[in-house]
Amino acid sequence: MAEKGFTEEKVRVGDTDLQVLKLGTGKPLLVMHGEMGFSGLLKWHTALAAKRTLHIPLHPGFGKTPQASWIMNVRDLGAFYARYIREQKLTPVDVIGFSLGGWLAAEMATANSGQFNKMVLVGAAGLRPPTGEIMDMFTRTARNFLNENVVDYQNTPEFSSLFGGEQTPAQYEEWEEARAETARIAWAPYMFTQSMEHLLANVAGLPTLLVWGKQDPVVPLSVAELYHQRIAGSKLVTFDKCGHMPEIEKSAEFIKEVESFLG
Amino acid sequence: MHIMFFTERAYHAVPEDEVFKRRSFFGVPNKFFDAPTGARLLNEYIDEKIMCDELGFDGLMLNEHHGTPFCMGAVMDVEAAVLARATKRAKIVLLGNPIPTVANPLRMAEELAMIDMISGGRLVPGWVRGAGSEQLANNANPAYNREYFDEAHDLILAAWTKPGPFRWEGKHFHYRFVNPWVLPLQKPHPPIWIPGLISPETVKWCAEHRYPYVALATLLGPTLEMFNMYAKRAADLGYQAGPENFGYLQPVFCADTEEKAEAMGKNFLFGGGFAHFARPEWMFPPGYNSKVATRRLAEQAANPNLPGQITGIMDHDPTDDADLQKLKKQLYDTYPQWLKQSQMITGTPKTIVPKLRHVLEVLRPGIFSFWLDGPSPLKDRQRCVELLGKEVVPALRDIGKELGLEDPFTRKPGSVKISGKAETVGRADLIEASA
Repeated sequence: MAEKGFTEEKVRVGDTDLQVLKLGTGKPLLVMHGEMGFSGLLKWHTALAAKRTLHIPLHPGFGKTPQASWIMNVRDLGAFYARYIREQKLTPVDVIGFSLGGWLAAEMATANSGQFNKMVLVGAAGLRPPTGEIMDMFTRTARNFLNENVVDYQNTPEFSSLFGGEQTPAQYEEWEEARAETARIAWAPYMFTQSMEHLLANVAGLPTLLVWGKQDPVVPLSVAELYHQRIAGSKLVTFDKCGHMPEIEKSAEFIKEVESFLG
Repeated sequence: MHIMFFTERAYHAVPEDEVFKRRSFFGVPNKFFDAPTGARLLNEYIDEKIMCDELGFDGLMLNEHHGTPFCMGAVMDVEAAVLARATKRAKIVLLGNPIPTVANPLRMAEELAMIDMISGGRLVPGWVRGAGSEQLANNANPAYNREYFDEAHDLILAAWTKPGPFRWEGKHFHYRFVNPWVLPLQKPHPPIWIPGLISPETVKWCAEHRYPYVALATLLGPTLEMFNMYAKRAADLGYQAGPENFGYLQPVFCADTEEKAEAMGKNFLFGGGFAHFARPEWMFPPGYNSKVATRRLAEQAANPNLPGQITGIMDHDPTDDADLQKLKKQLYDTYPQWLKQSQMITGTPKTIVPKLRHVLEVLRPGIFSFWLDGPSPLKDRQRCVELLGKEVVPALRDIGKELGLEDPFTRKPGSVKISGKAETVGRADLIEASA
């Protein structure tokens, strides 16, 4: 099934056929999706695609990209993507990562900040929260986890269009596969790398925007503050009455902030 | 026939409504655990097994669960070690050790070797992937469950049979010095049996390894389908699967009167019984199911959040106390259905034996285990064990002889060579006749 609104292409990366969704024209923006896989076309995609080409790879094991059994942690995945952007001649590229995808972008930046031009982390995992805990998606059903991602799932229009209604068999399968793939790389320590806090010093100089919901129930605001503290020169933007998905909970404000940062 | 006794070693002192409220035994907070009560119960269960040994049961079956009042045997090998010394004759049958949840399979090889030594070579180890909840309770990554299982199995067998010291650099386990000093008494290694709950992957794997497959109280029809799937795979490998390749576990409640046996049988449904393993977030942690199994589940139910796979009753958290009591009643009302489908057998020795004969005729297992559970008074449990041991077991032995139910000790599993198609296992026609 083709992803509505996007063009799709298969890119060979090592032994893996990476499925990449594309939208728009212009300067590339690499989009790293989160732990529940790629959600579908949202307003912010369309808005940002007006001036850029969105490159949205589906991580190995998610959707149409086959599993790569050697990828067993987020660093492995980051090394895989480093090859992808190098071979596709995208470096240095602007990157935006959500939740698990934010952690992935941050890992890549700690390994080689030169591969990115600008980095946006949205509700990014990756650090042990100084206060609070990262919500455990694995002790909840996929549906309940998604509902708990946002402050008010019944009154978040794009949420219902993506995740609302009766769960379909295809959706069940897709979500279970996403959960399985996330478990493969992020089971323990859950959703963070012990050394990240120390390695973030490597990221100094990379323009970084941190976007967070003040009420993020999945990755607590304390993680945003720690990223902010450790990445010299980073900018932190928070939205009130907003959970883990500012891109849909505060869509207009989100688009404004990201556009203004990316330029 | 190899005849065994099994119980989950449940902690029934937990308020039943606490289980119903959560629709799950797993996750009941351990503030409901009273240590002196737990200590008393664990010893009662051990004494019960010793009594079985004295009464002449062939096997004492143990299993393992974590973080649940459903089964206190969180470290089954500890109980097995006690039984190794405290019993004299019966096999100690572990069905099974959840090897994917054990971070150190080499240590497991050592534990089991010690149990085999102390028991004088009476150990029958078995392996399981572990229920979904066990992965969470042990923080064992469920996405690698099958890989852990396969590698731990290979490592344990290597530790027992390959001269050490040697290195092990696997995908998940790494050892620079494998050289366990205490090796099993039984050579080349203790016989291995595998329990299962209708998993085609497990059944085929058993056939490939010539390990007996013990069906854990699954419905007769699907159980027979699994046995025949095993036999088909066995035929591909050149052997005819027979009773020595199959086992069956069955809840059986025996008393001096029908009424008492029925009361004990109803207790089996305490806390929702098996149904309360069905909460999806505990049952299906991420990646625990294969892609094929996930697709099957997706097709079965558009909304697998409904934990109704087993009874179809507990499909939502109770909204209030009245709702809870209603759901509870509905669940207890399934009792006649359990009896009708031979999922549970109750009665006096006289009435039980013909019912068991039916099961043995249908499935033709060489291994059979009684399963006694539920919060029945200790004296009723003891009387049940006594009646089973003195009256039912001898009758079953005669039936076993009559039906030619060889067990894995009287005929080596996988030793009957064939070329061509497998003979059909069991008598599916008898299930229909009795329905």
